Amino acid sequence: MTPIAVTTGTSFRVPAAIAPGAAINRDETVEVTIDGHTMTAYRGDTVTSALLANGHRRVGDSIYLGRPRGVLACGVEEPNSLLTVTRAKAETISETMLIGPTVEVTNNMVAEHVQGIGKLAETADPEYYDYTYEHPDVLVVGAGPAGLAAALQASRAGARVVILDERATFGGNLVGTPDAVIDGKPVETWIAETVAELQANDDVTLLNRTTVFGGYENNYFMATQRRTDHLDDQVPFGVSRERTLHLRAKQVVLATGSHERPIVFKNNDRPGIMLASGIAGYLNRYGVLAGSSIALLTTNDSVYLLAQQLAELGHLVAVIDVRADLSEAALQAVAAGIDVIAGSVVCDTTASDQGALAGITVAEYLADGELGATRHFEVDTLGVSGGWSPVIHLHSQRQGKVVWDHEVQGFVIGQPRADFHYAGSVTGSLSLGEALANGANAGAAAADATGHFSFATEPVAAAGHRGPVAALRMVPSPDGEDQDAYANHFVDLHRDQTVQDVLRATGAGMSSVEHIKRYTSISTGNDQGKTGAVNAIGVMSEILDGHTMDDIGTTTFRAPYSPISYVGLAGRQRGELFDALRKTAMDRAHEALDAVFEMAGEWRRASYYPRAGETKAQAIRRETIAARNGVGMIDSSTLGKIEVRGKDSAEFLNRIYTNGFLKLKVGRGRYGVMTGVDGKVFDDGVTLRLAEDRFFMHTTSGGAQRVLNWLENWHQTEWSHLDATFTSVSEQFATVAVSGPKARRVVEQLASDVDFAPEAFEFMEFRETTLDNGIPARISRISFTGELSYEIAVPTQYGRALWDAVAQAGAAYDITPYGLEAQRILRAEKGFVIVGQDTDGTNSPQDVGMDWVVSKIKQDFLGKRSYQLDDFLRDDREELVAIMATDKNSMVRDGAALVSAEDLDAPRPVSTSGHVTGYYDSAALDRTFGLALVRGGSKRIGEKLYAPAYDPPVEFEITPLISFDPEGTRRDGER
Amino acid sequence: MMLIDCPHCGLRDETEFEYGSQAHVPYPQDPQALTNDEWAQWLYFRDNPMGLRAERWVHLTGCRKWFNAVRDTVSYEFKATYPVGTPRPNIPPHHGGIR
Ligand SMILES: [Zn+2]
Repeated sequence: MTPIAVTTGTSFRVPAAIAPGAAINRDETVEVTIDGHTMTAYRGDTVTSALLANGHRRVGDSIYLGRPRGVLACGVEEPNSLLTVTRAKAETISETMLIGPTVEVTNNMVAEHVQGIGKLAETADPEYYDYTYEHPDVLVVGAGPAGLAAALQASRAGARVVILDERATFGGNLVGTPDAVIDGKPVETWIAETVAELQANDDVTLLNRTTVFGGYENNYFMATQRRTDHLDDQVPFGVSRERTLHLRAKQVVLATGSHERPIVFKNNDRPGIMLASGIAGYLNRYGVLAGSSIALLTTNDSVYLLAQQLAELGHLVAVIDVRADLSEAALQAVAAGIDVIAGSVVCDTTASDQGALAGITVAEYLADGELGATRHFEVDTLGVSGGWSPVIHLHSQRQGKVVWDHEVQGFVIGQPRADFHYAGSVTGSLSLGEALANGANAGAAAADATGHFSFATEPVAAAGHRGPVAALRMVPSPDGEDQDAYANHFVDLHRDQTVQDVLRATGAGMSSVEHIKRYTSISTGNDQGKTGAVNAIGVMSEILDGHTMDDIGTTTFRAPYSPISYVGLAGRQRGELFDALRKTAMDRAHEALDAVFEMAGEWRRASYYPRAGETKAQAIRRETIAARNGVGMIDSSTLGKIEVRGKDSAEFLNRIYTNGFLKLKVGRGRYGVMTGVDGKVFDDGVTLRLAEDRFFMHTTSGGAQRVLNWLENWHQTEWSHLDATFTSVSEQFATVAVSGPKARRVVEQLASDVDFAPEAFEFMEFRETTLDNGIPARISRISFTGELSYEIAVPTQYGRALWDAVAQAGAAYDITPYGLEAQRILRAEKGFVIVGQDTDGTNSPQDVGMDWVVSKIKQDFLGKRSYQLDDFLRDDREELVAIMATDKNSMVRDGAALVSAEDLDAPRPVSTSGHVTGYYDSAALDRTFGLALVRGGSKRIGEKLYAPAYDPPVEFEITPLISFDPEGTRRDGER
Repeated sequence: MMLIDCPHCGLRDETEFEYGSQAHVPYPQDPQALTNDEWAQWLYFRDNPMGLRAERWVHLTGCRKWFNAVRDTVSYEFKATYPVGTPRPNIPPHHGGIR
């Protein structure tokens, strides 16, 4: 878009002698390009002060209607000026939806206004972000006069203080205000001395450019510090762009100030119509005059200091004061020769050819709220003050009570929150003297609550009399009472919503502010209604008969207070550091074999090991053939491991597992299933009895934590009289499983002390030994493939050595490493269940083919009683079965739904017969096959099922769960 | 983020804890002696009051100890925490708490 240069070539920068501009350094110029215009600004300028200084008044067009818009405000409440900014740094990224008055200019920066909607960068952000934790006694939010006074008092009392302010400068709106005096000194001196004292105190952290954006339970606050955006390109090495502060404060002082509100009238959105505080801010902070001929429209006294300044500069046209009775401040202005038009409003505006403000229509505002006689003024700028809204966001975020204050004409703190203190204009007071006094008292009270007592020393400043505030938020339309007469009365500038839109919402029957907010989208924009929300409620109260500001009330404020970047929240937890990655001790061996990995929870596990030229399917098939016909090896270190000790360990396990553990002999292991009290499977594994009072439990890879917690839960809360303790040892052992008919020949070479003869070393036995290479090991005959298998577990630090030793011993037998993919097929051929894949939290052990693991003898175990509930006695429960596609090459996805023959052609919807839990290509069966949970499955062997998601539907036959070697003849391997 | 007062460790961030349903609902002495309805009541039914409720919590990434807490389900305030096996403290509904 093309910005309008209202007065091209003219500088609106005021000479330093008249308004120095407290935030800028006139000795250092900065070249910037904004909306295609290259211009010169000063160090400390923002994008909007640079624009105004160079005579550019138009910012992004409005989001829906495309109306020209200008700068409204001088702070974070700005709804119109939204930017995409690219800074001239080697390593950076363009960032969007930045708020113009908050973006400090840097050399060669490029800023482009957007039309209400941001444009995301398409590349990754190369910059670096971090976070810190702070635990202050007292957190002071806002470093205006009240916040500074609070921090000064609390720090002098000896409290540890953190004081944060979103702006680049300290001192809040006080900065640059002419003639103000604190403790007999000019305000600039008082601010500088206060900041110096705070900075010199080791127990005080004072940060600028830091926004407290969220308040949470127990005084937990989050803030974002922007650390490098204001620097050209000399960013010190290792300094993060943003830092997120996590603060846990004992006490908090909210000195967050207040935002001025506009007034709703016809055509109130033109470039040149600003908040009066915006005009004052640009003048006092940046030495920039917002326009040439300026009128002010106000409901209150806060504009009169600005009026005085503008009159002295010769740019004030008139002050239009809504109040019929002149206040003391207004009378002083009149005495000083200022044209104050009392009891009047602006009811319409005119625009130049380019859409900027050209004139205002001033109308008498009659006692009955009607408009009287009108006059026209040619002005290029109108400063509006519709009253001040205390920045109560953090209070409201913590569910603090908020009420409408008739005197203040704003929503104020209804009831202080515990451990909260409030100082300055957030309380509704606009007097500097009061701000300093209640700042000092809040600081003293907050510090006292943390054990640091002091008598408050209130900095002294003129109290300043405050006249009444007129209750005006909307000016009637000069065009009548129709909805259409209100089509250009803007309530929310960012969302482009007007009084007409509110009327549409109330016309649709809505009367709650929460409903109207959502119906119109008012207050849901980038600015979250900082300038629009109260006016929206005001408009509602005008429209809805008998509704006042009090009973409409405001919506609850939510974090963040102002926009923050997600990448800042993520901090360093991005990319590789996003989540913990657990690697086994043999991980590098898998890498060396070019393994393709997959994630099993946080564990990285080898999925398969493709050789040169092999497809995934070919590699997996080769691996399964090796384990069935020769010998394979797999890293099974990730299985959860828990050591259970104590003289009642056996009794404890007997209650936890569905099968018996009292009679398990030392030196042997037993497979067990854990069910919830509801009887449903949640974990399984083999438990070894190391000694009478010592067991070694295996859990699933992902279930170790859950199982340990389950054991602790029952032990601590129900069976604490049983002597048993539980220790997680998952990471203490590395394990290689050697599996296949030739497995014995491999392990024999590793441990010559052990007699591996099948009669001497039986299935489900284990041996403690030292391998020939000196590594202590426990070798267990446990099989998850149905083949002869030995699991060799060693202390983790020997994991890689064990892997290499097994590979070397097996070389003569072409031992083949196999991954999870092959293991899933091998176990599925044998009908071995993977908890979490073949079960879904609704299945009993009986449902998944393990009736044998459920003790009929034990008096009780966790889950036993539930099997008598009706639901477990249904004969159409889902049961785990094998399925074979009629076409032996058919392949379907895990999870595919299955229906019966009659349901396949029945009108939809039909109920499913179950679903596929895993479907595989099996070399041993020379066909594809799978496992499925099927209603009444065990009684439907031979029946046909169909997967209707495929075209044509895939036909299957239901077969018994164990597809390969159902007699278990292969368990002892090659003789 | 809320702070929870572990009876063994003191105030810690809520992310260190896990919730474990209603407190003072012991495992039945002899489940086999219960009717199906009684077992189902014990298994599936818990109080859901608006206001104070005794709950089981575990300091999962701290001391790993289970403990009980009285919590206000409206304000989320933890009114008291106490070790397993000790009786529920008598707390008036609007007594202060931490939140
Ligand atoms: Zn603890």
